[in-house]
Amino acid sequence: MKKRCMALMCAVSAAGVIAALFAMPPVAFGQGQGEVRQPGAKYDFDFKGQKPALAPRRDISGVWEPAAGAGAGINANGAQQMPSDGKPEHELPYTPEGRAAFMAHKPTFGVTMVPSALTNDPMPGCDPQGFPRIVLHNYRTSRILQTPENVVILYEFNKKWRTIWTDGRQLPKEFEEPRWWGYSVGRWVDDYTFVAESGGFDDRTWLDNAGRPHSDAMKVQEKYRRVDRDHLEMTIVVDDPKYYTKPWTAMILSLRLQSPSFDIREMECSPTETALYNKLFANPAAGIEDSAK
Amino acid sequence: MRNTLVTLFAVVAGLVIASRPVGAHHGAAAFENDPAKRVVLKGTVTQWIWANPHTFLLFDVKADDGQLVRWVVEASNPPDMINRGWSIRSFKAGDEVTVTVRPVKSGKPVGSIIQVRFADGHVLSAVAGGNEPAPARP
Repeated sequence: MKKRCMALMCAVSAAGVIAALFAMPPVAFGQGQGEVRQPGAKYDFDFKGQKPALAPRRDISGVWEPAAGAGAGINANGAQQMPSDGKPEHELPYTPEGRAAFMAHKPTFGVTMVPSALTNDPMPGCDPQGFPRIVLHNYRTSRILQTPENVVILYEFNKKWRTIWTDGRQLPKEFEEPRWWGYSVGRWVDDYTFVAESGGFDDRTWLDNAGRPHSDAMKVQEKYRRVDRDHLEMTIVVDDPKYYTKPWTAMILSLRLQSPSFDIREMECSPTETALYNKLFANPAAGIEDSAK
Repeated sequence: MRNTLVTLFAVVAGLVIASRPVGAHHGAAAFENDPAKRVVLKGTVTQWIWANPHTFLLFDVKADDGQLVRWVVEASNPPDMINRGWSIRSFKAGDEVTVTVRPVKSGKPVGSIIQVRFADGHVLSAVAGGNEPAPARP
């Protein structure tokens, strides 16, 4: 009987894999989209078997795109390394306060999702998603600029930008005021590894698209390792002693260098467009009558 | 025979598992996730709204009683749809379309687009790699 069950499970799995390969193209929207191409972009699947040139020293500038495909940086269901999928290994190390903050959030994705008309996610109304959510939720094409004083990152998603100070200053122990995007300082730890530390966050932002919370005590470590000329590996670690009992790795993403003339498309959160979307789509989807009718 | 049945069951189960729709739209909780509940609707485009957070298509479908029902169906945001071969010019008012829709649970004429087939036979799919050109004329 046991043998038969095993055979059945194998057959189910095999049939699933075969069907996934031949019957169903990669994931449509959201988590790990695989080989989806942004027109004009270059991906690792275009250069199979080719060995890139060596990395330049102390240089992470350029236009960068997720190396595995246009959707590989989009994590609708929560942080890439720790999605909100109910699996025990993805349970975050919440403190009681952190868990209570998570349960108070009503995200539109993940195990605690609600219809979008019932969400209290600050982002759909065009409040700033802040850092690190912009990266953990929706890492699209970005442009990194380096000057002697700072590294500036321009993000496609909602057309946002951040400054990481590289003029030798230290991350303050106390912050004047909380910021949606935090306060960031960075340094080269070797010729190919740039590390930024950020703090001073406004706790109104969410960590990811599944409603994971952070407190005003959060620090984020962001590491960029220039693997070779064409690749940058980004790692994000969240350290928030108020809400999490230990630091946890939220994302590891390989980025591929694009042409300097690559035109990053416009993507913007418009309150007017959002209002129209809610009126025509999100409210009826949730069964809410539109009082404006 | 019994082995054949077991294998057949396994293949069917595998197909069901593999072809589950990927509910990753905003408010995915509102949608019917059972593929058997998808609907295929023939209608006339009234508006194609190319906007964030999602694009959406408005089209009129004639119900059995002759009344026109206005359906509103969404796809993803503009950059994601460009990656799937769609554009701001994909539809114009008056286009005759056959739309496969994942409806919402509320019963309203609202849903998300699986694919759209146009009168000339070409298909726009919400899933990458699923588009089809119009058949060649004989």
